[in-house]
Amino acid sequence: MANMNMIQALNSAMDIMLKKHPSVVIMGEDIGYFGGVFRATEGLQRKYGEHRVLDTPIAEGGIIATAIGMSVNGLRPVAEIQFADYIYPGFDQICSELARIRYRTAGDFCAPVTIRTPCGGGIRGGQTHSQSPEGIFTHVSGIKVVMPSNPYDAKGLLITAIEDDDPVVFFEPKRLYNGPFDGDPTKPAVPWNAHPKGQVDEGYYTVPLGKADIVRTGSEVTIITYGTMVFVAAAAAAAMNLDAEIIDLRSLVPLDVDTICTSVRKTGRCVVAHEATRFSGFGAELLSIVQEECFWDLEAPIQRVTGWDTPYPHAFEWEYFPGQARVSMALKTVMEPA
Amino acid sequence: MRMKKHSHLHLPSAPARPGEAPDFSYVALSPAGAVARPDINARARDIGSLSVELVRVLDDAGEAVGPWHPHLDPAELQIGLRHMLLTRLYDERMQRNQRAGKISFYIRSLGEEAVSVAQCMALRPGDMLFPSYRNQGLHIARGIPLLDLMCQLLSNTRDMCKGRQLPVMYHSKAGNIFSISGNLATQFPQAVGWAMAAAIKGEDHLAASWIGEGSSAEADFHHALLFASVYQAPVILNVVNNQWAISTFQGYAGGEQRSFAARGPGYGIAGIRVDGNDFLAVYAVTQWAAERARTAAGPTLIELVTYRGAAHSTSDDPARYRAKDDHEHWPLGDPIQRLKQHLIKLGEWSEARHQALTTELEALVISSWKEASTFGTMTEGPKLNADLMFEDVFKEMPKNLRKQRELMRAETSRPGAPRAGGK
Repeated sequence: MANMNMIQALNSAMDIMLKKHPSVVIMGEDIGYFGGVFRATEGLQRKYGEHRVLDTPIAEGGIIATAIGMSVNGLRPVAEIQFADYIYPGFDQICSELARIRYRTAGDFCAPVTIRTPCGGGIRGGQTHSQSPEGIFTHVSGIKVVMPSNPYDAKGLLITAIEDDDPVVFFEPKRLYNGPFDGDPTKPAVPWNAHPKGQVDEGYYTVPLGKADIVRTGSEVTIITYGTMVFVAAAAAAAMNLDAEIIDLRSLVPLDVDTICTSVRKTGRCVVAHEATRFSGFGAELLSIVQEECFWDLEAPIQRVTGWDTPYPHAFEWEYFPGQARVSMALKTVMEPA
Repeated sequence: MRMKKHSHLHLPSAPARPGEAPDFSYVALSPAGAVARPDINARARDIGSLSVELVRVLDDAGEAVGPWHPHLDPAELQIGLRHMLLTRLYDERMQRNQRAGKISFYIRSLGEEAVSVAQCMALRPGDMLFPSYRNQGLHIARGIPLLDLMCQLLSNTRDMCKGRQLPVMYHSKAGNIFSISGNLATQFPQAVGWAMAAAIKGEDHLAASWIGEGSSAEADFHHALLFASVYQAPVILNVVNNQWAISTFQGYAGGEQRSFAARGPGYGIAGIRVDGNDFLAVYAVTQWAAERARTAAGPTLIELVTYRGAAHSTSDDPARYRAKDDHEHWPLGDPIQRLKQHLIKLGEWSEARHQALTTELEALVISSWKEASTFGTMTEGPKLNADLMFEDVFKEMPKNLRKQRELMRAETSRPGAPRAGGK
């Protein structure tokens, strides 16, 4: 075991995959010689060569398309899109191609591509470096969608994603790269080495897709969340002295419906929280599932905590971010319905 | 040039719309045999003129002339003629089948048969092909049985796509032919990725892809050229310039100011313009590009100048947007007629042999259709199980899809449901 932040854990996952599978290649903007703008691929090109850790042109559509072609030719590309906000030029290649190659060829061809991309706000990134577009991708049949919340899961999930024979879009909440974040920007930053999930096995291990993590067991309310909001929700519940059960989904597709429903049936109350915008967001899907599966167990209407339905504004970052205050309001409402 | 006193929006206009006389004066032609054949190691920057000139081997009399003459064995030419003729007869019969309501949709490649057939024959079986939807000749030249293609058109129980794709969106894993998307141009940069992988693995195979001049307007076209150029990938990128993208004249894809082949030199890639209806020229240019790719001399962009003789698809009526007898006036003639004429000139073919081949291939198309129909048609015979809808979304079917499959089964077995009774 070693202390790792999320960047180091992701780097370790890619290092192990490059060593274990000659078919794995890493590609993206600034990821080779330089090691990536967030340093996730640092040292990998030196270690594995320019043919396996490729710097690419600034063309996300081209990166994803060529990754698809490579995967059809037996490679296992891990493509980095520098910010999730930049993924849209590759959207058609993801939705119409990557997601459907197995389907449209009845399994004759497949495209095991992993797309890694930093997402989320809280880093003063403004409207083009802060988005959480996971819900756009969960709506597409044929791709898996993952978002870890800590170094240990990040490494295990990334290894699983790379070894998966289906395409995976792997969102990395960049506010969590260097430490857990409870939503309060005025507090000093906390590093991962003080957190148990910053203890990471240096060797090969996997964390399965489709298996949520119960971060905290509790009896009064279930909070279903993922990414940065795992820590924000936990802090808000603790501040209110609520015995909350906190579920970190880790993978959105496939979704661990059993863990969600078992918990809500037990607590009878449910809050869904994500950083992404509200309208048609992934939270709406979670609400529907809980309502369909657990309606008769619910003591109160399900509450939803999200970013506002605006672009992510630079100057009003903390008014936009669904911090502890917004989570607390939802918890209050779900505990004492009017 | 007269100076304009204000800015001006240029609107490309087709040379001939319905009721007007065909006009192909805009097509820049070179005489057969006139274009030099550079060494395969020539640098893209030194051979820019290839993207402006037009490589032709067959002259009007059917003689093969000039430095691009590939000197193929007559037996090879006869195979090429056979594949082209089979492609055309297959198209004709499938068009009629669509009109008779036996298939939902079809796309012919009338007048463009040399593109797919000659190019495929100039490549090796291990080379990966990333076609567009008007490249049925690739499948035929690779020896994919008509039966396989027809079953796909019928979405029947032997359909390679298990009923998931529109007719003509074939693929062949064994034949190294990638799946046709239906979204235009997406295959172009994918082919580059495939070629990059071949180079990374140190393999000798190349990738080739086809795109229409119309869809070369898509960003994917430019991504393909960029990545091919940056990594000097072993890939052949083909723009089939058949002049029309449904009703949109090639000028709207940017073909007025520069040839499509000239996009190549802009990216530092060899660009070469070839008479797409000249089997020998298409073969020779493809062979040249393949040799370049295999010897790390770089990718090639080929513009195949041809004409879309038929409608865009069975859902289209070109009489509404182009001159009625346009095709007959196309200055580069018909690829089958031209190769036939050449073979006759060589003393290796005759009208009688041509007629006999036509009869043989027509019979093959008819017998293949009969066999394909035994695996189910749109109205009769065995049907694909609708359960298949839920397979291959992922390698393993997730829980939610298993649940939805159950719901679908319950829904379709309800009395009064369409296709109730599990037909």
